[in-house]
Amino acid sequence: MIKLLRNYLKPYIPALAGALALLMLQAVCELTLPNMMSELVNTGIMGSGLAEGADLAQARFQFIVQEGMKMLLVTLCDVAAAIGVVLLAARISAGVSRTMRHDVFAKVESFSNAEFDRFSTASLITRTTNDIQQIQMLLVMGIRMMCYAPIMGIGGVVMALNKSVSMSWIIAVAILVILGIIMIAYALAVPKFKVLQSLVDRLNLVSRENLTGMMVIRAFGNETYEEKRFEKANRELRDTNFFTQSVMSVLMPAMMLTMNLLSLSIVWLGGKAIAASQMQVGDMMAFIQYAMQIIMAFLLIAMMFIMVPRAAVAAQRIREVLETESGVKDPEKPQTLGTTPQGEIAFHHVSFRYAGAEDDVLHDITFTAYPGQTTAFIGSTGSGKSTLLNLIPRFYDVTEGEVTYDGIDVRDLRQQELRANIGYIPQKGLLFSGTIESNIRYGREEASAEEIRQAIEVAQAAEFVDANPQKEQLDISQGGGNVSGGQKQRLSIARALVRKPAVYLFDDSFSALDFKTDAALRSALKEYTGDAAVLIVAQRVSTIMHAEQIVVLDEGRVVGIGTHEELLRSCREYREIAQSQLSQRELGA
Amino acid sequence: MSENQNLSQKNGSAAGRPPMGRRGPGAAVVPGEKAKDFRGSSRKLIEYLKPYHLALVFIMVFAACSTVFSIVGPRILAKATDELVRGVTRMMAGEEGGIRFDYIGRILLLLMALYGVSALFSFLQSFIMANVSAKVSYRMRNALMEKVDRLPFSYFHTTSYGDVLSRITNDVDTLTQSLNSSITTLITSVATIAGVLIMMLSISWQLTLVALCIIPLSLALVLVIVKHSQKYFLGQQKYLGRVNGHVEEMYGGHVVLKAFGGEEKSIAQFDRENEQLYRMGWKSQFLSGVMMPAMTFVGNLGYVAICIAGAVLASSGAMTVGGIQAFIQYVRSFTQPITQLANISNLFQSMIAASERVFEFLGEAEETEGNVSLSTKDMEIRGDVEFLHVKFGYRPDKIVIRDFSASVKAGQKVAIVGPTGAGKTTMVKLLMRFHDLSGGQILLDGHDITEFSRRDLRDEFGMVLQDTWLYNGTIMENIRYGNLEATDEEVIAAARAAQVDHFVRTLPDGYQMVLNEEASNISQGQKQLLTIARAVLANARILILDEATSSVDTRTELLIQKAMDNLTRGRTSFIIAHRLSTIRDADLILCMKEGDIVEQGTHEELLQKGGFYANLYNSQFEQAG
Repeated sequence: MIKLLRNYLKPYIPALAGALALLMLQAVCELTLPNMMSELVNTGIMGSGLAEGADLAQARFQFIVQEGMKMLLVTLCDVAAAIGVVLLAARISAGVSRTMRHDVFAKVESFSNAEFDRFSTASLITRTTNDIQQIQMLLVMGIRMMCYAPIMGIGGVVMALNKSVSMSWIIAVAILVILGIIMIAYALAVPKFKVLQSLVDRLNLVSRENLTGMMVIRAFGNETYEEKRFEKANRELRDTNFFTQSVMSVLMPAMMLTMNLLSLSIVWLGGKAIAASQMQVGDMMAFIQYAMQIIMAFLLIAMMFIMVPRAAVAAQRIREVLETESGVKDPEKPQTLGTTPQGEIAFHHVSFRYAGAEDDVLHDITFTAYPGQTTAFIGSTGSGKSTLLNLIPRFYDVTEGEVTYDGIDVRDLRQQELRANIGYIPQKGLLFSGTIESNIRYGREEASAEEIRQAIEVAQAAEFVDANPQKEQLDISQGGGNVSGGQKQRLSIARALVRKPAVYLFDDSFSALDFKTDAALRSALKEYTGDAAVLIVAQRVSTIMHAEQIVVLDEGRVVGIGTHEELLRSCREYREIAQSQLSQRELGA
Repeated sequence: MSENQNLSQKNGSAAGRPPMGRRGPGAAVVPGEKAKDFRGSSRKLIEYLKPYHLALVFIMVFAACSTVFSIVGPRILAKATDELVRGVTRMMAGEEGGIRFDYIGRILLLLMALYGVSALFSFLQSFIMANVSAKVSYRMRNALMEKVDRLPFSYFHTTSYGDVLSRITNDVDTLTQSLNSSITTLITSVATIAGVLIMMLSISWQLTLVALCIIPLSLALVLVIVKHSQKYFLGQQKYLGRVNGHVEEMYGGHVVLKAFGGEEKSIAQFDRENEQLYRMGWKSQFLSGVMMPAMTFVGNLGYVAICIAGAVLASSGAMTVGGIQAFIQYVRSFTQPITQLANISNLFQSMIAASERVFEFLGEAEETEGNVSLSTKDMEIRGDVEFLHVKFGYRPDKIVIRDFSASVKAGQKVAIVGPTGAGKTTMVKLLMRFHDLSGGQILLDGHDITEFSRRDLRDEFGMVLQDTWLYNGTIMENIRYGNLEATDEEVIAAARAAQVDHFVRTLPDGYQMVLNEEASNISQGQKQLLTIARAVLANARILILDEATSSVDTRTELLIQKAMDNLTRGRTSFIIAHRLSTIRDADLILCMKEGDIVEQGTHEELLQKGGFYANLYNSQFEQAG
């Protein structure tokens, strides 16, 4: 954590130094106040140290006003310093979190799919949002308290010693008692706090399951069973919650009691000291205040110790992101595809293995997809079809062999240029918030209205786009929640189409479509894509049976390449898949 | 609309409100969410808390007592200090006696007892409160979950799961937390202000007057700061929401972003929002942080004023040193409750708003049973199903099924086909009474299905959905879900019938393997087989089967097919078909389009008709291009 913060705090060193100076000023002010009050009592009221005489009352009054004005001045200083600290702390912490947030975000945007797999999307989101928030909180509190508390604590000790050395042991005892109470409470509560979080998660999980499984639950008449399951999670949460709360409810009163007892002891012992003429009344009063300040400082430090571990975890998680380099990098000496790429994609003995995996997902794959042709990939789940497609736009880099685009190794191209010449349609129709138009335009910023319209029509999206009055201007909510799965898929096809690249990659993009739309889309596509190379990953034989070339994959290996008819004859795996989906008559058709 | 799609929509909109613990830093002056009907909801809350009224009274009494005791403390301590001063004066004057330690000792002992009792009361107060809030949230959550089971299915068409979830978790949390703090804060603040005022008056009315000048000053200061900081605080929340939203969206769509080279654009937008967040952030942070020093300043101002005025009064003998000491402590404890009271209305607002959302949900109309006159327990259900002029719409103004009649004999196989989004699951939902008809009747063995209780009716159905819902439990438990009374042997027999026994035995813990949260530790096809086993175990007369999705590999698919064939033998079955090749032998095919049934008949009949079905059937072999 320190390492992370050191880098980010560098630009704020002057501000930090300023804050520290102001904090010291603030501490000095606050430590002086009780002392001044003690003077006021000793001299102004008790009259000690003033010359005896008729004008004693007059002298007292003068002293009081004079001393009072000084106190006012100190107070002003105090508050000005405090506000200054708050200002600096706010700017530093917000500034650090702004920079850190930017760095993490930019870093994550540079990640390839491999890094996303490693961290998981949800975790990356938390790291960019909540974790940085944690650091910001720590900084705000840290700058204000972390520095302030020790200064106050030490200052308090010095001042208290100044007033009376002999009574200091009481403060030490009180601190020990308070630390003891805190430690016992932590020892009891902290393990439970961890459990608490998992119980909250459990409650959320069961609630969510109850909602998503509503139909199944009611169909099997298991409402009571589910209620019991929920009740159990709920009860465990309640009991644990109650336990930690109970521990916490001992904490505050115990602290208060200790502090009160401390001041009582000081009065008692102070009284003895006063009786022995070792101490003045005002000094004793000041001593009580210093004692309180010391204890408060310790409480603050104790509180900080709850925050620090959480923030340290957050810092560690942020560092992991920042220190991860994307596995996919731009080459030092990039080659270029030129202005009119052909779109010939070739795999030469390509093997691929996910980081940390024991076996290859793809093994020794060789084929060429030609411009103007459709190349389809089929195989059972886990056969590596989608992975294969992901290697072309360099979502992952090959482990062995090479993938070429117009004869150039894709790793010798800049990612930006490579991807600008590929139209990719993901398996899930992913849309961004905006309008239908803005989503399609994501494919190519400068696309004209006609081009967008054409893409919509080819993608068979015209029917539902026109079904609503706003047409292309229909708002798409985040994640595309307001359009159906099939509609999302068609819009994401339109987005790729508007790009007019030399290579199209369809990653199982037809599965959410019914047969009719599937067929209509395929025939419109054929015309639209023209000379481009089309690579399709599919589940349904009917989607791809007319492709010029079909690559059959089984457990990461190519087991057959050819047309539908050729493969039916020559490839056992293909025949199995086809037979399971089509009837004999259809196979012959 | 298909069920899957519904699901994704519901989950998608769950991000409507910020989840727990995502408040920005410095949440001191959070403007609470406003309740629509503050009074009504407050009354409901008070009513709901009835079992705890006595406990709440105790809490208030304890809080007040504890506060009063700790307020009286300094006043009594002042007597000890005064005795010290008197003793010193006597010593200086050389009089007899010096300091009377027996007297001071008595005072200190009294104080010790007082502080002890005060601490005890304070503990009891928060202990009882913890108990009450634990019980309230427990009871409320149970009630909410039971409510979920009693609401009609259609309720969830208009309300997202995220919304319901946030009522169960966030709102109940907000409610109990603010209940906890608001009651305590209210009582202690008021008690402190009243107590301190009385104490101050009892020491010196002149000093009290001086001290009272602080109140308007600090109130004004609090209000000014709150007013300003709210603006920035809301701004901070807004931009924090935007930044987080952007992060979630871009990370979620990372593949698309990469594929279309949207990195720069995305970072630029992020930087814009981030910059705004920074501006709002530090200002709101600053203003909420300034509150403390500002109040301290007012407090110290009073402190100095009291010192001066007190010293003057003391030197003229109008008051004692102990009095000043006590008074100073009182002044210091005067400003804090004022700040707290300023915040308390926000606290109440958010508490009532949360309870409003909870009660709103609890008050929704429940699914009603009609005139239940029959029980399936008393009769042997054969499985004849008849649809008589069935009319249905999810909304009264939007009828999707206009007039549908069909007769299905026991043991027959009915296939429902149609493009995605045609409403194939609607028929299923009507059969099992997830929705009630708008007109017409559905008869089971000649009896209107509304004559049975829903529970009884659904017991006659076994269901396998495309959305393979499994829960976070063992495989054994998940299969047993079909019949909770089934023995282990019966479960295993069902698994065998569903062709999944062999697969389960290859798993690390076999039947005791726990499925993880997304049940992602087994494949989609295996999940499907487990749900089939579940339906086998239910041993129902009528089956509803949603065919496997396309994301299943060939071998598993054959297994599923076989399992489904095993399952449907001799039972009335409704099959939602995705592949036309599997349904040609169906006794009845229902073709659906845009929610309506457009054609019905057997495969041959429909092909001859040359209509929608024939069109659909032939489209899968059309030449592309």
